Order: sequence, then C-alpha cells, then structure tokens
Amino acid sequence: MARIIVVTSGKGGVGKTTSSAAIASGLALAGHKTAVIDFDIGLRNLDLILGCERRVVYDFVNVLNGEASLQQALIKDKRSENLFILPASQTRDKDALTMEGVQQVLSELDQLGFEFVICDSPAGIEHGAMMALYFADEAIITTNPEVSSVRDSDRILGILDAKSKRAEKGLEPVKQHLLITRYNPSRVDAGEMLSVDDILEILNIPLLGVIPESQSVLNASNKGVPVVFEEQADAGQAYQDAVARLVGEDKPMRYVKAEKKSLLKRIFGG
Amino acid sequence: MSLLDFFRTTKPSTASAAKERLQIIVAERRQQGEALPAYLPQLKKDILEVLAKYVNADPNMVKISLEHSDDNLSVLELNVTLPEDDESV
Repeated sequence: MARIIVVTSGKGGVGKTTSSAAIASGLALAGHKTAVIDFDIGLRNLDLILGCERRVVYDFVNVLNGEASLQQALIKDKRSENLFILPASQTRDKDALTMEGVQQVLSELDQLGFEFVICDSPAGIEHGAMMALYFADEAIITTNPEVSSVRDSDRILGILDAKSKRAEKGLEPVKQHLLITRYNPSRVDAGEMLSVDDILEILNIPLLGVIPESQSVLNASNKGVPVVFEEQADAGQAYQDAVARLVGEDKPMRYVKAEKKSLLKRIFGG
Repeated sequence: MSLLDFFRTTKPSTASAAKERLQIIVAERRQQGEALPAYLPQLKKDILEVLAKYVNADPNMVKISLEHSDDNLSVLELNVTLPEDDESV
C-alpha cells in the first residue's frame, strides 16, 4: 500500500510547499516511486517550486471532473524518473474537491504502484486543507520556531486526531512527524527563538527534521529546483536527512547548533 | 543604564516567554479536545433511577467526571451523596 503523507501546518508561509517538493524529490532520488499532489486549488505553486510550470496541461480538478485521466495529468519530473506531480488548478473550483473524487485518485495512484503519495496542503483549516489531510496515514507538521506557527500546528494536531478518516473510523491514529523549518541556532542561543527542545516539549510529537534558515531555499525556488538537489547547502542536507528518517534510517540532527566562528573568520569577517 | 546592568548576563529571554505562553494555550486546547463520552448523561440518569428504588433520589446526588490521567488510562469518578436519614421509599 502507498504511504499517504500530508504536509500541513495550519499557518501559511511556513514552508509546506518547499518541504513537499524537497521531501518528494528526496524520496524519488532514493528510488521510491513518489507522487506529489498540490491541494491548494486556485493557488497553484508546487509546479513552480518543482520547475514544471510550463508543462502543466491537465490538473487535479480536470481529473476529478473526468475531463482527463490521471495518467494524462501526472507530470513526470525531469530530474527523477520516480517522481510524478499532480498540479492544482488555477480556477477557484473548490467544490470539485470531493471526498469520493480524492479517494478515487488516491486509490488509482496506489494501483499504479506508487510507494509514497505526498499531499501538499493549503494553509488554513478550510475544505482544501481538510481534504488534504482526511485520507492521510501520516502527517508532516511543518512548524516555524515562532508562536503563531506552533499554536496553529497544535490546532492541526487536534484536527488530525478528530477529523481524519483514521480518527472517524477508529483506526490506528495518523502518525505525526514534526518538521521544524527556518531554524536559526544563533538566535536560539541568544534566547530570541524557541529551541527544538522547547517546541518538542510543547507539541510532544516525534521529530522528523530541523531545516535551518538558509539562503539556499530562496535560491532553489528561484531556479525551480527543489532544495534537496543543492547537495552542498545546509538546508538541502537537512531535507535529505529528514527523508532518510522517513524511510526508517537513523540520522543524527545536523545544523541545530550555532556554528562557531573560526579565529580567521573573526579577524577577517565573513 | 547602570554599569552593573551592562555586566548582568541573565537577560530575560523572549524565547522563554514564548514557550510559557504557548504551554498555557496548548494545555487549554488539549483539555477541550478531550470531549466527554456521549453516554455520560444517560449513565447518570440510569444510576439515578436505580437509586430512586431505594432512597429519595435527587439529581444532585450523583456527580460523574472523567479524567484522562495518562495516555492509556482514563478514570471515571462517580460520587453519590446519600441523604442523611436513610428512610427507604
């Protein structure tokens, strides 16, 4: 069975789409057949982050309305043969996102042999976000070390425990993973930012990864290349580690401690 | 600012303020999340009916509360206050 994983957060702008693109690409690079679905109907952006915006012909809503088959709408990633993208539509046809339709698409993906289906949720707790999380087996809660983001993450955890299919059917609960993004260890040391331990103590769910605040993320999205391909970049490596943990590997956390400036750097700056 | 303040290392950290505030709202949210089972009012009614066979029953006699003290443990607390003079019906 395909592992259906929703990338969600409640709050907007915390890095859901960046994380969905990086994790889906990372899984595909590791040899797992992966589909990534953009649930943000009307505000399509995943295609842009993955650099396939000019190759969109049909979208998720076309498939739900029966105007195209799933195979016609799936875009094969040009960097990895294991990755397929299902883009959101640009029209505000939110009613198209029915429970039956989404379930049909997910079961077709399963029949096509996908190992992972990553559902990139829109912000908020409206219909699109509920549809993205409803069928999930697992959830990656994307959180910034900041009060409103942590509170919204807690709210989403409550919704997963009450409103998901697994909750409604009394099945094993949705497996929760915490992904902390835009982490700045120097500000944590200065007492200006919540630490990883603080957030873990508040939310009390297992940690999947910590992505440092990094210039490489903006550079990657500018180019339309998921940051996981930036192999030298701190954020790229942190996403690779998170992907490895998702498939059961044990990786130590990197980039959670402030880098000590060397004597030369102190003298010459930089 | 005095010279002493300059050397004082224990600046109040904004991160710890954030943590404290979040812990309070998250604890409140999680308490609300644990809705009481729907059968509790019916259970109370049934217990009252049984009690009414033996004593003068009054709805305030029975107090029921449910506490989740642990992940795997819920405690159903049932408190029955009998009338002082045990005159049977």
